[in-house]
Amino acid sequence: MMKLNWSDVTPHRIFLDRRKFMAAGAAAVALPGLVRAQTINARPSPLSTDQTPNTFEEITNYNNFYEFGTGKEDPARNAGALTTDPWSVEVAGLVDRPGSYGVEDLAPDNALEERIYRLRCVEAWSMVVPWIGVPLASVLAKVGVQPSAKFVEFETLVRPEEMIGQQRAILDWPYREGLRLDEAMHPLTILATGLYDQPMPNQNGAPIRLVVPWKYGFKSIKSIVRINLLEREPVNTWKQLQASEYGFYANVNPQVDHPRWSQATERVIGAGLFGGRKETLMFNGYGDQVASLYAGMDLSVNY
Amino acid sequence: MIRGINNALRRIPVWAVWLAGAVPFAVLLWDIFTGGLGVDPVQEVEHRLGQTALYFLIGGLAVTPLLRLTGVSLMRFRRAIGVICFAYALPHVLAWVVLDMGLLWGQMARDILKRPYLLFGMGSFLILIALAVTSNNLSLRRMGGQAWRRLHKLVYVAAPLAAMHWLWAIKVNEIAPIFWAAVIALLLASRLVIRRPMSWTRPARS
Repeated sequence: MMKLNWSDVTPHRIFLDRRKFMAAGAAAVALPGLVRAQTINARPSPLSTDQTPNTFEEITNYNNFYEFGTGKEDPARNAGALTTDPWSVEVAGLVDRPGSYGVEDLAPDNALEERIYRLRCVEAWSMVVPWIGVPLASVLAKVGVQPSAKFVEFETLVRPEEMIGQQRAILDWPYREGLRLDEAMHPLTILATGLYDQPMPNQNGAPIRLVVPWKYGFKSIKSIVRINLLEREPVNTWKQLQASEYGFYANVNPQVDHPRWSQATERVIGAGLFGGRKETLMFNGYGDQVASLYAGMDLSVNY
Repeated sequence: MIRGINNALRRIPVWAVWLAGAVPFAVLLWDIFTGGLGVDPVQEVEHRLGQTALYFLIGGLAVTPLLRLTGVSLMRFRRAIGVICFAYALPHVLAWVVLDMGLLWGQMARDILKRPYLLFGMGSFLILIALAVTSNNLSLRRMGGQAWRRLHKLVYVAAPLAAMHWLWAIKVNEIAPIFWAAVIALLLASRLVIRRPMSWTRPARS
């Protein structure tokens, strides 16, 4: 179903140069004064896909981050106002060492890994993103999860004066998400602080965000200020808004349609005008690693 | 004053409206070939065509209330406005079929039946096809004025369907589709409330 791309028309080397040029240009616009100065050296991970990542320009200019507006370009336009330093993440609930942690405490530079993951949005588009981050399991180990904890709850910052999308009640702010503890401890689940070799751009969820690659993008909550360990299943924002359309698990599943659009196929961002669609894979292609987490569950009920 | 405006309008040839109607399409083509459509050109093409069609649909609906309220007559341009609306609705649907859905006919058929927003959109589009193919003098003569007028009143159904098509497709309440749906509701309601020209629109007897 993936047919010829525009990239197949342009000679490959020129195409790559052009992408590099465009990415550099985008970075220059996004980070005036420090053009790709802060490069991060993260070690590669065997959990990365070998698929070609989308360009820096695509990843940073096509975002759902309703805190900065509902349009895909709104976050790139508006997120510059967000102060990400200083930043602290409050860890609370059923943990041994609750308290306020800095980003550097949770994701120290020497622990950073590159994780090139597929990303599938519930709106039926997809891209490939080279994240930089640490396994969430390492963070949870650090704070000491108590045996009674079954779920992890996450919250995004509320700061309407900098996050102009929050000036309207389009969602019930703060944005909240949650994982079952075994999902949170899975080696694929990371807290990301960068992408490509850059610190996380604001529109992508700076300074620290969740990435759960086998679930629809909305599970991967951005700009986290609170991590809470709980005994009961937390409420997540989209399920709260429309439970018939967005579940708690939100696993990528081509067999369970969103009521308003099919999940059977997806459009690949960057494939060009005539890129067509490709079939969506169960668990976004991570079934071998994660299917066992859901053994015995009816995924058309627990969607 | 109104007479002055109408006299000025009379001097504008209908082809000028056709030309103005082509401007959004020319801008779209320009953006396609200069890469001005952003990261997801497919959705941008699809959405821009659909929104432009809706704006012309609303423009066509506004002609009668404008005449009744103010006496300003755009009646000469109404057919052109309507056909231009269809000229955007057709490539909007084609963009969905070819660019967005990639000719996956089975999935498209299932989606249309299952999803209200696609059903509304398709309903509106079928009506617009019927109106567009009969938008010529030959059809008017063949059908007879009465039947032709009855058929073209279907635009009162097509417009709300198009508005619901947009409203139902979004994830959270957004301002633009709500605003335009309200405008359509207002224009349709005005036809019930204001049934004939207002007294002040008639030129005083000389």
